[in-house]
Amino acid sequence: MTATATPPTAAESPRAYQRLGDRVFSKSALIAGSLILVILAAVAIFLVAQSLPALVADPNDFIGRPDSFWAYVWPLVFGTLWSASLALLMALPLAIGIALFISHFAPRRLAQALGYIIDLLAAVPSVVYGLWGIGVLAPAVQPLYTWLTENLGWIPLFAPPASGTGRTILTAAIVLGVMILPVMTAICREVFLQTPVLHEEAALALGATRWEMIRMAVLPFGRPGIVSGAMLGLGRALGETMAVAMVLSPAAVVSFAVLQSRNPSTIAANIALSFPESYGVNVNLLIATGLVLFVITLIVNSIARWVVNRRKDFSGAN
Amino acid sequence: MSKRIEVRDLNVYYGKFKAVEDVSLTIEPRSVTAFIGPSGCGKSTFIRTLNRMHEVIPGAYVEGEVLVDGDNLYGAGIDPVLVRRQVGMVFQRPNPFPTMSIADNVLAGVKLNNRRISKSDADDLVEKSLQGANLWNEVKDRLDRPGSSLSGGQQQRLCIARAIAVEPEVILMDEPCSALDPISTLAIEDLIEELKRDYTIVIVTHNMQQASRVSDKTAFFTIAGTGMPGTLIEYDDTSVIFSNPSVKATEDYVSGKFG
Repeated sequence: MTATATPPTAAESPRAYQRLGDRVFSKSALIAGSLILVILAAVAIFLVAQSLPALVADPNDFIGRPDSFWAYVWPLVFGTLWSASLALLMALPLAIGIALFISHFAPRRLAQALGYIIDLLAAVPSVVYGLWGIGVLAPAVQPLYTWLTENLGWIPLFAPPASGTGRTILTAAIVLGVMILPVMTAICREVFLQTPVLHEEAALALGATRWEMIRMAVLPFGRPGIVSGAMLGLGRALGETMAVAMVLSPAAVVSFAVLQSRNPSTIAANIALSFPESYGVNVNLLIATGLVLFVITLIVNSIARWVVNRRKDFSGAN
Repeated sequence: MSKRIEVRDLNVYYGKFKAVEDVSLTIEPRSVTAFIGPSGCGKSTFIRTLNRMHEVIPGAYVEGEVLVDGDNLYGAGIDPVLVRRQVGMVFQRPNPFPTMSIADNVLAGVKLNNRRISKSDADDLVEKSLQGANLWNEVKDRLDRPGSSLSGGQQQRLCIARAIAVEPEVILMDEPCSALDPISTLAIEDLIEELKRDYTIVIVTHNMQQASRVSDKTAFFTIAGTGMPGTLIEYDDTSVIFSNPSVKATEDYVSGKFG
């Protein structure tokens, strides 16, 4: 290494010639990158500024006269998290299954057709899902709910009495699950397709069956993608407004029973339903619940990041 | 452990395309057999038929027989999964599982099929396999690190350790050194020399010196032209192939005159 000359210092190194195209491109990329921070900051500032009056106001001014701001917002937070987790719990295994079928089991033609259909599902507006939830799903599952409360009512989840309309938080969660299915499936499919053939062959050459190969090579490799897909889906389920607002008849309760007629509403649905009739400090109250939702999604995303980064060395990206 | 392989009148097809035509040869146990020949001559395809890995590609099938100690790998009711547990394979590019630690990589094949193994047995097997692949001393302090943290040559030896951990009858190596530097290549070649005591080894290589250094017998494959199937031209002791081959094409190829 003695032959290496000392590196030129910054002062004497010749300045690289700056081409116009490079400069324009780098500046516009910088502006685009900064813009997202500005927008995020603008939203956060609006939320905080508009929430403050509600946080310091007398709870007696709020609609329904809750004991405090937190007493008002807690059932909504619970409903939001509960419905979104139920939706994720139902949709994620299904999404992984569909994605695996498309990427590793289906014949190419069928896989392509299925891929298009999944993408199409993602394009259906949420209000249509809401209508489907009220008009088709709720009446269809109502007899099942009755059966569940009668036979499995001892499980707290299925505690009686069953709702007569079928419009419960479980129905809302099913609708949410159907809504978040396409985006999760699409992301899982993409990462599964990117599993290096080398790793798949390594597993097969060791005498792995197809399923063992998937467990050994495809799923571990796709794990960060699965987590990101789940978080995107969860994010959408947390913030979804119309489908929940249409399906649920809300009540300010905190209850894990999913088949009863009294169900907690979600933050987003509550804002949509209450905003038109709100005045004065109640508007600030609703915006404050929006701030809470903002914070919840932030926390959820941070947890996902942490989960993905925890085993970075083993990710297969190096 | 090692077994004799007899190939009889083997044709390999990818759909309608015939990739390899009419190969018959016998591979002795506890020996190293090298397959040489120009790119696209079907030697990689052929080596993959010895553990049915060619079936990973849709539409691939064979005609003829591959007998391992008299049992036809392509007999009715033979499960390719079980074939691959007997006939291990090492690939051109090192492919340890990046999501697993070094120790888990070694145990990957052993844990298949829900076989249970006690912690102490597992530790012994990891050490034995890594010793067998001449890798133990380099990695014994970091068995819980990911396999991808090793150098290319170490990764390839890890793959060999993974293959021998399941105690196969035969080990197939498809250009195992083509992505490695000369020092790592030498380490692998020394290892092949040692593995020969216990296993039947088949190796595909583009490196003539490597074939002459490591193998007992050499098979030369070639194709007549693009779109034609690959054929086995000559199969003999390595010393004969490299000094006094009976076919002109072989002599041209090993001496570098091949067009």
